[in-house]
Amino acid sequence: MDKKKSIWTIISETRIIHILLSILLGFVVGAFFLVVMGLDVGAAYGRLISSVTSVKGFSYVVVYGIPYIMTGLSVAFSFRTGIFNIGAEGQFVVGAMAAACIGILLPNLPPVVLIPLCFIGSMLAGAIWGIVVGFLKNKWGINEVLSMIMFNWIAFYLSNFIAGIPAIHSDGTAEATKNISANASTLLSKDLISQLGLCPTANWGIFVALVMTVIVWLVIEKTTLGYRLKAVGANKFAAEYGGINVNRSILTALAISGALAGLGGALHLMGMGGRISIFSSQEGFGFAGIVAALIGCSHPFGVFFAGLFYGALTYGGSKLNLVGAPTQLINVIVGTVVLFIAISVVFERLKYVQFKKKPKPAAAQNVKEGTDK
Amino acid sequence: MKKILALVMALCMVFALCACGQTAAPAESAAPAEESAAPAEESAAPAAPAEKVKIGMVTDVGGVNDKSFNQTSWEGLQALDPEVFEVNYLESKTDADYQTNINTFVDEGYDLIICVGFMLADATREAAEANPDQLFAIIDDATIDLPNVACLMFAQEQASYLVGLVAGSVTESKTVGYVQGMVSDSMNLFGIGYITGVLETCPDATVLQYNANAFGDIAGGSTAAKDMITKGADVIYHAAGGTGIGVISACDEEGIWAIGVDTDQAPLAPDHVLTSAMKRVDVAAQDISKAVAEGNFTAGIHMYDLSNGGVDLAPTRDHIPAEVIEVVEAAKTAIINGEKSVPTSVGDCPEFTLDD
Repeated sequence: MDKKKSIWTIISETRIIHILLSILLGFVVGAFFLVVMGLDVGAAYGRLISSVTSVKGFSYVVVYGIPYIMTGLSVAFSFRTGIFNIGAEGQFVVGAMAAACIGILLPNLPPVVLIPLCFIGSMLAGAIWGIVVGFLKNKWGINEVLSMIMFNWIAFYLSNFIAGIPAIHSDGTAEATKNISANASTLLSKDLISQLGLCPTANWGIFVALVMTVIVWLVIEKTTLGYRLKAVGANKFAAEYGGINVNRSILTALAISGALAGLGGALHLMGMGGRISIFSSQEGFGFAGIVAALIGCSHPFGVFFAGLFYGALTYGGSKLNLVGAPTQLINVIVGTVVLFIAISVVFERLKYVQFKKKPKPAAAQNVKEGTDK
Repeated sequence: MKKILALVMALCMVFALCACGQTAAPAESAAPAEESAAPAEESAAPAAPAEKVKIGMVTDVGGVNDKSFNQTSWEGLQALDPEVFEVNYLESKTDADYQTNINTFVDEGYDLIICVGFMLADATREAAEANPDQLFAIIDDATIDLPNVACLMFAQEQASYLVGLVAGSVTESKTVGYVQGMVSDSMNLFGIGYITGVLETCPDATVLQYNANAFGDIAGGSTAAKDMITKGADVIYHAAGGTGIGVISACDEEGIWAIGVDTDQAPLAPDHVLTSAMKRVDVAAQDISKAVAEGNFTAGIHMYDLSNGGVDLAPTRDHIPAEVIEVVEAAKTAIINGEKSVPTSVGDCPEFTLDD
């Protein structure tokens, strides 16, 4: 009995049903729009599913999911400390650029040295991007959401500036950086790829993402640090009263959060792009991370699967054109999912309010009765 | 406890219901989808004598509705005979998508893959080397020298030269502006042609030049244009993609002339777009598709210039005085006949300063 109960509580606590329902409703709304547009729902969703269920397709999903998992973890981690990390975008960009610089400027180091170096460089860059925002918040009380959005743009233009430096810029006509050294690449070997029938950009970055997911979970759930951060997230003032240094906790949270997003940038670069183009618009990995964190309920394992889900939608969605459906359908689905998840939170609150109200009239009656007697 | 159970049961039922309506459809269609895609072609096949020629287009990060290259190419492909051609496009959102999208078309067995824009050059080269039997065409890049790649190039300096002639003729303040999206050899040709043209019709003109270093920065384009207008410019030409939309809107607000690029941009501001330097990307995309259909695809550089109608002033010329049109037409004939040439290197146009 006890065991059964715990399963139910786990399900209700992690809100898996809410999420799955929201996803389902997202697809229903997507289908509705397809019908309105006079398109074949079966063909569109069939294409979406068939393109991600083959071995090759699934390897694409994994490759596309890696950056979303990492930025999702980044956003989820800061959520736990009560900070909305809308700056994952910028942290992702500086992380990728740091890894690119290391990968381009030190091409002759052996992979065993170079790859960890790229990882560390990207995490440092991302962490610094987070810490500066935390510092501004602590020192002058500047709202972190505001400064993060600005820092996204600073990262954007900084990246474009660095990509334009002759030592980094491509030798050819491409408006991008040079390709990073093959020693810094996380791609699987060509033989293995063709043997397993994977996509040409299959890389082992997913294992790094998996390890980071577990580490984040351990830190949040099993360490004093995680407890402190959660306490700050739950109630800043109570935490401070309890002797927790709130400012330092915010800095720590932002640093770790930034490092995760930065590492995401490195994994994406070293596994997939191999170079960074001169951006004409934000690529949106950080913003997608917010969605992944929301769908994953800010739980590391939830985020892991949400990242893969988003990767599947991105990859599968890119092929919708081939059956005549617009790629933007994916945005409709994701937008609806987020909306329903947000609504489900509201419903929970409502339920809460009702429980609070109920005892009141009863109590009032008691008092009345008491006075009558 | 009962309540929770009931709730879960209810949810399960809803799920099952939705699953029937939803997942079942895709599950069924997972197989039929492939079939239905195939029959769609097959059912059309009896009507057409041969199998359709499949043309796939991969956009750059601008997307297919960029009111420029991607859009024009796509419109060109759509205008192809649907009895003969099956056309499709894939949009790229990031630099890393190019390879994936190209590979999608390769896997789907498309006859020709058109990559729009020089940003796709490296991805195209890689894919062309890996798939020597697959035909590719790339727009606006001349760096790929492979037997299965056609490079569709445009004499952008000629089109820019023509609009430069117009700008030099209509300017009253003897100050004209120029906004460029990025400094590169290929982009610089726009500025070189334009400045040459301006100085030919108005030798003592000042050309204000600005490198926006972005193709998508509408606000930046608007600021740059307003800055030029304050300095006295009364005609501004842009070669800056989305950034240029800001340039045109600023000109529209301030009531001076704007000159568009790549496509006929008059619809953006009908009262203040003087004309546009057009590259007939649509013509190029159609030409190469037809060549593939007829089996005479040729690799290497295909140059589209004035002589084959690949570049020109936009058809919208209502605001240009008749005598200026005459000047332009005369210059066009001279270039086509080889009596005149437009410089193509920065060295031949010292007034072009963005490259410094």
